[in-house]
Amino acid sequence: MFPIIEKTVLNQDVVKIKVSAPLIAKKAFPGQFIIFRVDEYGERVPLTIADYDREEGNITLIFQLVGNSTRKLASLNVGDAILDLVGPLGVPTEVPDDVKSVCVIGGGVGCAIAYPQAKHLFNEGIEVDVIAGFRNKDIVILEDEFKAASTNFYICTDDGSYGIKGLVTAVLQEKIDSGKKYDMVIAIGPIPMMKFVCKTTEPYGIKTIVSLNPIMIDGTGMCGGCRVTVGGEIKYACVDGPDFDGHKVDFNELMRRNGTYREQEHECRMMKQAVK
Amino acid sequence: MANMAMEKVPMPERDPKERAKCFEEVSTGYTAAMAQEEATRCLGCKNMPCVNGCPVGVKIPDFIVKIASGDFEGAYDTITMTNSLPAICGRVCPQESQCEGKCIRGIKGEPVGIGRLERFAADYMRTNGKKKVDAPAKNGHKVAIVGGGPAGLTCAGDLAKIGYDVTIFEAFQVAGGVLMYGIPEFRLPKQIVQEEISNLKDLGVNIKTDMVIGKVLSIDELMEDGFEAVFVGSGAGLPRFMNIPGEALVGVCSANEYLTRINLMKGYLDEYDTPVIRSKSVAVVGGGNVAMDAARSALRMGAEHVYIVYRRSEAEMPARVEEVHHAKQEGVEFLNLNNPVEIIGDENGRVCGMKCIRMELGEPDESGRRRPIAIPDSEYVLDVDTVIMSIGTSPNPLIRSTTSGLEANRRGCLVVNEDTMATTKDGVYAGGDAVTGAATVILAMGAGKKAAASIDEYIKSK
Repeated sequence: MFPIIEKTVLNQDVVKIKVSAPLIAKKAFPGQFIIFRVDEYGERVPLTIADYDREEGNITLIFQLVGNSTRKLASLNVGDAILDLVGPLGVPTEVPDDVKSVCVIGGGVGCAIAYPQAKHLFNEGIEVDVIAGFRNKDIVILEDEFKAASTNFYICTDDGSYGIKGLVTAVLQEKIDSGKKYDMVIAIGPIPMMKFVCKTTEPYGIKTIVSLNPIMIDGTGMCGGCRVTVGGEIKYACVDGPDFDGHKVDFNELMRRNGTYREQEHECRMMKQAVK
Repeated sequence: MANMAMEKVPMPERDPKERAKCFEEVSTGYTAAMAQEEATRCLGCKNMPCVNGCPVGVKIPDFIVKIASGDFEGAYDTITMTNSLPAICGRVCPQESQCEGKCIRGIKGEPVGIGRLERFAADYMRTNGKKKVDAPAKNGHKVAIVGGGPAGLTCAGDLAKIGYDVTIFEAFQVAGGVLMYGIPEFRLPKQIVQEEISNLKDLGVNIKTDMVIGKVLSIDELMEDGFEAVFVGSGAGLPRFMNIPGEALVGVCSANEYLTRINLMKGYLDEYDTPVIRSKSVAVVGGGNVAMDAARSALRMGAEHVYIVYRRSEAEMPARVEEVHHAKQEGVEFLNLNNPVEIIGDENGRVCGMKCIRMELGEPDESGRRRPIAIPDSEYVLDVDTVIMSIGTSPNPLIRSTTSGLEANRRGCLVVNEDTMATTKDGVYAGGDAVTGAATVILAMGAGKKAAASIDEYIKSK
């Protein structure tokens, strides 16, 4: 069992928890993920590690309430415990030594995963620009944290209710146009956002890393559920990723495959609500 | 005088129509009277050919003679001297190519039903006063087992019996490996797997779940932590796909994923959250036991048509004869000598058909089986909405990629000395699918057993 030691509701749909998991905290690096199972009846669900404290022996998870399992996880409070937590899984994000300037882009709850990347790189002495995009002002998260872990911080909202009005790609394009040289872009967020960030950087040949979150069960290279097509080859996000070269990822296929169980998840939720 | 009946005492089974709709166990097991009758068919051969056919060396004629005389507990004790998981082996071993394949009675008529008798003895003791085993006195030496599947459980059991302090590190939430995630409930009830594992716990075996070795702890760290030897039984790895067009469509999955959702994650029970693909018409590609398991599971999940699409003929099928027989009885349709060439999708990217080509058999290939050859212009489209790929796996990469000094061959299987199961790293042994690639439960158990003996020798000689 993995006790929850801190819980913060970041916005109506996003919750942050700190979980005691000393062994995982000891080994975790940015880009890696865990798989949780809330209780005996729950699914195994992957979540990227948002932060870790090796001394205190805990990890931080920030997640959006999208399905039954994340709702169950959000219903736990300090003092409760998660039944199963496995990790750290996947390959940590690799940043080559010659990289001096990075643009980290987060979209929505993807900012939760973009944040440890920014923090890690910033602490390594690399110049880090962060572009964080949200639908509107109400769902902005981690603003202060990002400010403390970046050289320049840009925030934008789809409706202009906070920061710059527009999409993260527009801000990125403007930076590139104004002569800003990035050695690398790390984009984490909804699949369409990652896809269009890659389209933006491709003409300039800027290496762009994306973090994928496909359907997954075991997370150790057994079930094959998380297979994605990268550069025309089958890759497994759990053991080959979850980071991939964004210019090679087949995003349309990923989007389709992630919808495999959508109807059933919806029915499942409706049924459970009906029972209540 | 032995009972000279030509056929085995038939195994009681649920009606195929009834069982194809539920996950209850198909074969319900011998009664004591049936077991005693079958046991009298054994000739008690002096040279015991059957024992030579058993990877864990169960003293078969000895336990059978005890069943014949009604000493069921004695029979159980004889089996468990060499086999820690009899209720499992009695159900899932390919007896026809092992013990029963060597049985003299099989030359003229059916061999003795050794598997059924082993199962009977184990089930009898499970339900009638199982003895509580006391953990043997510890010898003070620690051994780590990576992976709680058949290889690891067997290795752990054998070492614990002679006093080792054994800890199994299991990646999933529950130990059992393929016995839990792969083999379906209707063939191997999970309750039985857990009871056999609980017998190991009684012997003093520790089980740590949610531990992915190679990630949360490395093998080197385990050894620094005081484990004097490590056995790696990390099992099957990445599922293979055919590399044909359409494999990324929604509705295509590996048998590993399909079975894990249903078995380990209990997707067939309403109270579990696990979603499983809902299918009307399913093609399972492959001819092994896993393919049969997936096909029979698909029927039980409500599919109207389930096809086995296999590129060779039934004679070459690697699946157990009994599984093929059961699958046919339940209504699985066999399309042998057929090979998929493309999976076809609708406008939403969902599977709506699979193009196959008919095959014929040519000369034998390197496997000794006749090579399947495509018949030109024989393509046709099979009407399916789900395709389950069951064409094997390649070993799990996690251990070899995170452990220095551990050699793997070009297929990614760990290299071992086949006599000792020692890897290229001192103190590290390996067995099961991690070494052989996809194989059977009992071969993995045989490897675990051999490794346990080597580990004992290794630690004693230090």
